[in-house]
Amino acid sequence: MCISPLAKANFQVKMTNDSIKQQLIEKFGDQVQNFQEPYGMLTFEAPKELNLKVLQFLYDEESMGFRFLTDLQAVHYPDNKGRELAVVYHLHNLVANVRIRFKVYTDIQTPDVFSATALFSAANWMERETYDFYGVNFVGHPNLKRILNVDELDYFPMRKEFPLEEQTRVDKDDDMFGR
Amino acid sequence: MARPVQYNIYGQTDVKLVKEGPEGYMGEGFFSTSLDKVVGLARKNSIWPLPFATSCCGIEFMATMGSHYDLARFGSERVGFSPRQCDLLMVMGTIAKKMAPVVKQVYLQMAEPRWVLAMGACASSGGIFDTYSVLQGIDQIIPVDVYIPGCPPRPEAVIDGIIKIQDLVGKESLRRRNSDKYKQLMDSYGIQ
Repeated sequence: MCISPLAKANFQVKMTNDSIKQQLIEKFGDQVQNFQEPYGMLTFEAPKELNLKVLQFLYDEESMGFRFLTDLQAVHYPDNKGRELAVVYHLHNLVANVRIRFKVYTDIQTPDVFSATALFSAANWMERETYDFYGVNFVGHPNLKRILNVDELDYFPMRKEFPLEEQTRVDKDDDMFGR
Repeated sequence: MARPVQYNIYGQTDVKLVKEGPEGYMGEGFFSTSLDKVVGLARKNSIWPLPFATSCCGIEFMATMGSHYDLARFGSERVGFSPRQCDLLMVMGTIAKKMAPVVKQVYLQMAEPRWVLAMGACASSGGIFDTYSVLQGIDQIIPVDVYIPGCPPRPEAVIDGIIKIQDLVGKESLRRRNSDKYKQLMDSYGIQ
């Protein structure tokens, strides 16, 4: 689908956080929730099973047109039982120059989230990075393996239960190095 | 102000512009000494360094090679970029764990006799990067002859380290690399 001049005009007239929110609620009902606007950027969440449906809707719908995945990462909330890992998608409508943020939460025991690689090629490496650091298992990713860390690393270093410091050292003690 | 390193502390240094030759017997028109001293003399004054520069220490090394500090005065003018030609591996900068196999491979590609100089806090101990992704000192993967402290070290300190390496090279026994002790050292790093 190419974006017609008419649609472009529509964006300029209609794209507001409220209109986006309204269309999402029309389409997904109370499945999409927790709408916020930190610093004016629309942020919302959906159940993780729906992540591809929401992304596809945001991509395909003529009045939406979020076709650029600017960023994808995870956040670890260790105290958030059952929803420890958040996967965050940053989307950009290049025509109307509008950005939104979309989150799905998952249990850390079953960190399976559908991969967005079929929709956005950019998701390939970003999902690998997210897997590398947080252990999110992107179901359907063509090549889900570590991208930045060494392959031998046997844990996901950005999860909060792991200390940041190198744990193999014995000569760095608290007195000298403030660990 | 220049820091007091080995070669600029007035009156305390054993570094001279022209050093005496090795011990030996000298007469008119000839000089005789032992072979290992001659070999050591030749080696130490023509070290070919292989710079393995990954961060800011590499910038200090460039200053050291430049006209102001000029490492060429110490016979190390020819910086080689093929490990097969070089005698001295200079590891300068943070070595991430993912880079560690590369450093080791470069070391393995060098022909014996070979020496290793770890420049700066990161190469020596991981430095400020006390983190899961950074190698905590290159001596975890290859044997190191000289460590240069500093973050980054000044060019004077680099020259100081090179002079220390030259002392090691000049005094090294020709049999050292065939000894059991050296073999044990290599075995401890898993190098045949």
